[in-house]
Amino acid sequence: MFKILKKKELSDVVTLFEIDAKDIARKVQPGNFFVLKIHEQGERIPLTIADFDREKGTLTTVFQKVGKTTYHLGTLNEGVFIMDIIGPLGIPSHIENYGKVVCIGGGVGIAPVYPIARALKEAGNIIISIIGARTKNLIFWKEKMRNVSDELIVTTDDGSYGRKAVVTIPLDELLREDKDIKLVIAIGPAIMMKFVCRTTAKYNVKTIVSLNSIMVDATGMCGACRVEVGGETKFACVDGPEFDGHKVDFDQLMKRQQMYLDEEKIALERYREKYGIK
Amino acid sequence: MEGKKEEKKPKNRVKMREQDPLTRARNFNEVPYGYTPFDAVEEASRCLSCKRPTCREGCPVEVDIPGFISLIKERKFLEACYKVKGKNALPAVCGRVCPQEIQCESLCILGKKGEPVAIGNLERFVADYEAEKGEIKVPEKPKPTGRKVVIIGSGPGGLTCAADLAKSGHQVTLFEALQKPGGVLIYGIPEFRLPKVIVEREVEYIKKLGVELILDAVIGKLYTVDELLNDKGYDACFIATGAGLPIFMGILGENLNGIYSANEFLTRANLMKAYLFPEYDTPIKRGKKVAVFGGGNVAMDSARVALRLGAERVYLIYRRSEAEMPARKAEVHHAYEEGIEFLLLTNPTRFIDDGKGNVCGVECIKMELGEPDESGRRRPVPIKGSEFQIEIDIAIPALGTRANPLLTKTMPDLKLNKRGYIVAEEETGMTSKLGVFAGGDIVTGAATVILAMGAGKKAARAINEYLKWKYWDFKS
Ligand SMILES: Cc1cc2nc3c(=O)[nH]c(=O)nc-3n(C[C@H](O)[C@H](O)[C@H](O)COP(=O)(O)OP(=O)(O)OC[C@H]3O[C@@H](n4cnc5c(N)ncnc54)[C@H](O)[C@@H]3O)c2cc1C
Ligand SMILES: Cc1cc2nc3c(=O)[nH]c(=O)nc-3n(C[C@H](O)[C@H](O)[C@H](O)COP(=O)(O)OP(=O)(O)OC[C@H]3O[C@@H](n4cnc5c(N)ncnc54)[C@H](O)[C@@H]3O)c2cc1C
Ligand code: SF4
Ligand code: SF4
Ligand code: FES
Repeated sequence: MFKILKKKELSDVVTLFEIDAKDIARKVQPGNFFVLKIHEQGERIPLTIADFDREKGTLTTVFQKVGKTTYHLGTLNEGVFIMDIIGPLGIPSHIENYGKVVCIGGGVGIAPVYPIARALKEAGNIIISIIGARTKNLIFWKEKMRNVSDELIVTTDDGSYGRKAVVTIPLDELLREDKDIKLVIAIGPAIMMKFVCRTTAKYNVKTIVSLNSIMVDATGMCGACRVEVGGETKFACVDGPEFDGHKVDFDQLMKRQQMYLDEEKIALERYREKYGIK
Repeated sequence: MEGKKEEKKPKNRVKMREQDPLTRARNFNEVPYGYTPFDAVEEASRCLSCKRPTCREGCPVEVDIPGFISLIKERKFLEACYKVKGKNALPAVCGRVCPQEIQCESLCILGKKGEPVAIGNLERFVADYEAEKGEIKVPEKPKPTGRKVVIIGSGPGGLTCAADLAKSGHQVTLFEALQKPGGVLIYGIPEFRLPKVIVEREVEYIKKLGVELILDAVIGKLYTVDELLNDKGYDACFIATGAGLPIFMGILGENLNGIYSANEFLTRANLMKAYLFPEYDTPIKRGKKVAVFGGGNVAMDSARVALRLGAERVYLIYRRSEAEMPARKAEVHHAYEEGIEFLLLTNPTRFIDDGKGNVCGVECIKMELGEPDESGRRRPVPIKGSEFQIEIDIAIPALGTRANPLLTKTMPDLKLNKRGYIVAEEETGMTSKLGVFAGGDIVTGAATVILAMGAGKKAARAINEYLKWKYWDFKS
């Protein structure tokens, strides 16, 4: 059982939890994720570890309410226990001094990109961060990102905050003007990562993406999370979740993410009816 | 009862009553009902109580077969159960899933002329009887030795080793990666073959022996084995992590939606209880036409689960003939009865996309048996030009598993074979790494429950010796 120590609403649909998980906190590294299951009937879902405190023994995670499990999670309050948390999972991010790196966080992807940006900064890199979302109230952690970046660019699709653009527009400009950029890291919706990779491919800049395929065990046992990378089948949970974005078959990833659309709708509607949520 | 009196030693074994095939094909309740006490005594009376019982040689955990059967004859059912449990901590499981026809029963003397004694059915009966009576006896706690042993993986191998070591007075901690203990018994073998309450009951017994069980702990990630041995003060370690990595066929279209590894399909259905969706949150696709590939227990289980999830037609596609199927005979028979359609000597060549990323068909090719291969079985070879297509909406490759490298790759000093399995001595489970033993599927490759238990038992014995002498001599 894992206690929620702190809860913070970052926007209408994005929530932060700080969770008591000493053993996992001891071992976690940037790029790791965990799997949680709220209660006996629950499903196992993966969430990235967005921050951690080894002394206090805590993990921070930031999640967006998109379906039954994440909505339910959002109703849990401080002091409540989550039944199962399994981690740290996935291969940690590779951290070294590349020189200049662009870190891109789209939507809730801002949270997982943060600890990577911080670690890269600590390793001596110059960090340019781009964070973007559909609209203003979906942007969070602007200050935190600024603290670990040499430059921060904020975009919204509707122009309600920062620059009116999708993240690939400032990215394209940066790559065009600055030949020193050695690496781009992008975490966000599959479609965003796909277009980031298209952009960086034009300039031949290495790009790392973190894939959010559907997972069950997240230890390599089931193959639910399989993705095609460079024509080979990989398991995102154990071979990743980070991969060379130029080799990823994003269209297949997006199709596989939609495998349970019908069931997800049923689950969410049933949940809303039961609790009278609109 | 009249008319039965004179037949003191009935020739044929007493059959277990079963649910009607067409009814059970639509529910998840257990297929056989088990023996009544009357049936059990009747079946037990067939046993000759041989002086030199050959049957025992077929049991990897050395159950005293004539001993417990004699107690059944005397209607001492509880004593019979305790007798079994002296050697086997999981009798209700083994009675149900051991491939008895190639283990104990294959060596029963009666099998020479007729049907061997139904040892498995009797074992199941005494275990269920004990549970029903609610008189689970826990052996007295031995004097603590002060030694600590850590076991990784709570499948049958890990559970058996844990039970034996706890009985020897060691402090035992058992780590399991999933949220429930039992390994394949929980996530793989379906409810209708092995009800989960039975696994839970057997695990409770092991906890009562004093074993500390820690779930949700992926060793290799949460702790390394070195951390456990050096920092956490464990004196020895037993690795029984199973062979959990699914094999795909490497044919075109294999990542289309609707194609599940058997592991995923069964884990969703069994561990996550997706057959109860939306009461349970985990979804599973309920196909109308399902193809399962393979001929082992895993393939049979997948096919029968698909049927119970409401499929209209389930094809079992296997590249050899029925004689070569590695599945338990009883399960092949059950699958036939329930209406699974067997397409033998057939192999898939590619999956067909419906244009939206979902599987809508599979192309297969007919096979014929050629020359025998290394395994001595005749090798299937494709018949040119015999391709044909079947319409399906779910496909489940069940072609076996490989070693999961998640833990072993954190142990560079552990010797593996070229397929990634741990190299361990057969009689002791001793590995190349000081204080580390291994057994079960992670050593042998996918095998059986009882072989994993046998390995757990041998390792427990060897660990006992090691803890006394700290002597390590690994040759291999
Ligand atoms: C490695 C990894 C890290 C992730 N980190 C974060 C994070 O930090 N913050 C965050 O908000 N989200 C993260 N996600 C996505 C998150 O797991 C899904 O949003 C969540 O599972 C949705 O569950 P649901 O029941 O609320 O929604 P549903 O209605 O069930 O699903 C909504 C969408 O989420 C995806 N999804 C559903 N079930 C799963 C599952 N079991 N595993 C993975 N994806 C699923 C599907 O694409 C689906 O269309 C991550 C995913 C992965 C694989
Ligand atoms: C569907 C199916 C049906 C079968 N039917 C039969 C049958 O009828 N009869 C029969 O005799 N055999 C059957 N088998 C085979 C049998 O189940 C296995 O041979 C047996 O379970 C192997 O036992 P084990 O202890 O080696 O490992 P497993 O049962 O595989 O258990 C290993 C456990 O270790 C855990 N683990 C793995 N890695 C880690 C880690 N890093 N840290 C912590 N824990 C970890 C796993 O989660 C798992 O719980 C079947 C197998 C399957 C898949
Ligand atoms: S444990 Fe298995 S092999 Fe041994 S006696 Fe029982 S059924 Fe037979
Ligand atoms: S060999 Fe058969 S008849 Fe003889 S003791 Fe064993 S079970 Fe009984
Ligand atoms: S989630 Fe099961 S193998 Fe990756």
